[in-house]
Amino acid sequence: MMTKAKLAMPVNLLEKSTAEPMKRPALDSKVTIEQLNFFYGPVQVLFDISLTMPSRRVTAFIGPSGCGKSTLLRTLNRMNDIIPHARLQGRVKIDGTDIYQTGMDVVRLRQRVGMIFQKSNPFPRSIFENVAYGLRINQLVRSRRELDERVEQALQQAALWDEVKDRLKESAFGLSGGQQQRLCIARALAIRPDVILMDEPASALDPIATQKIEELIVRLKEEYTVVIVTHNMQQAARVSDHTAFFWMGRLIEFDPTEKMFTKPAHQMTEDYITGRFG
Amino acid sequence: MSSLALRDNEQSGLMARWSRSRHRWSDVLFRRLTACFALSILILLVWMLITLALNARQALARFGWGFLWGRTWDPVREQFGALPFVYGTIVSSTLALCIAVPLSLGVAIFLSEHAPRGWENVVAFLVDTLAAIPSVIYGLWGIFILSPALRNYIEPWLASTFGFLPLFQGPPYGIGMLAGGIILAIMVLPIITAVSRDVLQAVPNTQREAALSLGATRWETTRVVLAHARAGLTGAVILGLGRAIGETMAVTMVIGNRPEISYSLFDPSYTIASVIANEFNEATYELYVQALIELGLILFLVTLIVNAVARLLVWSVTRRTREVQRV
Repeated sequence: MMTKAKLAMPVNLLEKSTAEPMKRPALDSKVTIEQLNFFYGPVQVLFDISLTMPSRRVTAFIGPSGCGKSTLLRTLNRMNDIIPHARLQGRVKIDGTDIYQTGMDVVRLRQRVGMIFQKSNPFPRSIFENVAYGLRINQLVRSRRELDERVEQALQQAALWDEVKDRLKESAFGLSGGQQQRLCIARALAIRPDVILMDEPASALDPIATQKIEELIVRLKEEYTVVIVTHNMQQAARVSDHTAFFWMGRLIEFDPTEKMFTKPAHQMTEDYITGRFG
Repeated sequence: MSSLALRDNEQSGLMARWSRSRHRWSDVLFRRLTACFALSILILLVWMLITLALNARQALARFGWGFLWGRTWDPVREQFGALPFVYGTIVSSTLALCIAVPLSLGVAIFLSEHAPRGWENVVAFLVDTLAAIPSVIYGLWGIFILSPALRNYIEPWLASTFGFLPLFQGPPYGIGMLAGGIILAIMVLPIITAVSRDVLQAVPNTQREAALSLGATRWETTRVVLAHARAGLTGAVILGLGRAIGETMAVTMVIGNRPEISYSLFDPSYTIASVIANEFNEATYELYVQALIELGLILFLVTLIVNAVARLLVWSVTRRTREVQRV
C-alpha cells in the first residue's frame, strides 16, 4: 500500500510530479508497467515503457496514430497474445502479480481486466443475452434470478437500462451506435472486472453519444480503474485524472491531467497538445 | 447579374439532362444484356426439364406415380420401379454427410481458428488437392484398399460391437452402401472444408476479441464464431450434398449395383446416377431407355428440391441477422 501514487517518469524530465488531487488522497497503484519493450516480428513498437496507474482513477493514453498506445493498452489484458510473432519484454503487474509470468491463467486475467473496443462489437444475439454472455461462460451466477439481477445491474451501470428494459429480448443490432457501445460496456461490467480498458471507445460516435460515454467513464472510476486510449485531447482532458503522452513508441510524459494540459513538462507534449504536430 | 446566374443554371441543367440521357442509353443496353444472360440460365433449366419429360413420356404414361414407389427393376419383364435407386441415392448421400460434415468442420475450424501460419497453407493445399483427384481414382482406391479393409476389419468389428442395430447386420461384403458412403464422404470433404473455411475467416475479428475479452476460452470463442457463421456453414453442407447426390463413377465402382432396399449398410445398393451410367448403353428397347430417362428426371428434381430447401434455410437464417444489422 502506498499513500501516494508512484509515477514513473522519463529520466530526462526536470520537473518531478508529486501533485495529487487533494480530495482523494489514498491511492493504491493498480497497474504497474516495468521496462516494457514490445515487438511485432523484427519491428519494435514500444520502447522501455515504465508507468504506474493508480487504482480507481482514469488514466488516458494520448499520442499521434501509430505511437503504440493501443498496443500498450492491449498488453494489459494480453490481447496481443493472439497476434502471431508478437513479443514482449519487461513486466506488467496488476495488484503486484506479473501477468506475463509462466502459468498465468489468461482467461482468469481477462475476467478481471475488461475491454471496450473502438468499434462496438455486440454478438448477434438479444440485448439480454449479450450482457449475460460473460456471466454464463464464466459460471458466475447460480440461478436465473441472479442472472436477471446482474444483467439489470450492469445495464443500469452503463446507463442503458431505461432505454432497453422493454426490449431485452430484441436483437442487439437494433440499437443505435452509441447504445451498442454502452451495451458492450454493460457486457464488460457484468462480470465485475477490476480494470476496464477502453480503446478509443467514442471515436465512431456522434457528439451526444460521445458525451454519454464520457459521463459514464467519469462515473465508472468510483468502482473501477479505467485506462482509456483516445485521439481526442479534449476528451482526455475531460475524463482523465492522469495522462500519458506517447510518441513513436516512447513514453514522453506522464502527469496528472491538469498539469499536463496547463503546464506540460516537456516541449513535445506542449507541441502536441497545442496542435503543432500529430 | 441574377439573370446571368439563371442562364448559367439553365445551361448546366440542360447539360446534365443531356449527359444523363446518354448514360441512360448505355445503362439500358447493359441491363438488357445482363438480363438476357440471366434468362438464358432459366431457359436452359426449363429446356432440360422439358427434354427429359418428353423423352420419358411413354414411361411416364405407363407407370404414372407408381414409378416412384415401384420396388422391382427387371428390364427382362419390363418392370421398372425407381424406389431402390432413390433410396440408395438418399441414404448414401446422407451417410456421406454424416461422416464428412464433422470432419470438414473440424478441419475448417482448425485451419481458420487454431492452425499456426505455416500449417494452415500446407493443410489447405492438401485438402484442395483431394478435390482435384479424378473420381475414377477414388473408385479404384475404393475397390483395392477400402473395400478389403471394410470386409476384413471394419465391418466385422462394427457387426460385433453394434450388431444389435439393423444398420450393422448381415455378412460383410466390403462392397456396398457403407463403402459408397465413405467414398462419397472423402469426395465431398474438400468442398465443404474449403467453403466453411472461407465462411469462418469472413467472421469479423472483433467478434473473437469480444469473446476473448470477456474471459472466453478458445473453445467458447470458437462457438461464438460458429454461431456467427451459421448460415454460411449450412450453405457449405448443402453444396457438399449436391455433389454427393450427383456423383457417379466412384460410387458405381464400390456400391455393389444391386437394386435392393436393405436396412443394413453392409448390403449392396444402387444409386440413380450409377444405374443411368451403367445401363444406358445396354438399354435394348424404347421403354427401358425411357425408364432410365425418367430416373434422370427424378434425379434432376431431387437436386432442385434439395437446393431450394437449402436456399430457404440459408435465407431464413440470414434474413434474421441481416434485418437487425441494418442499423
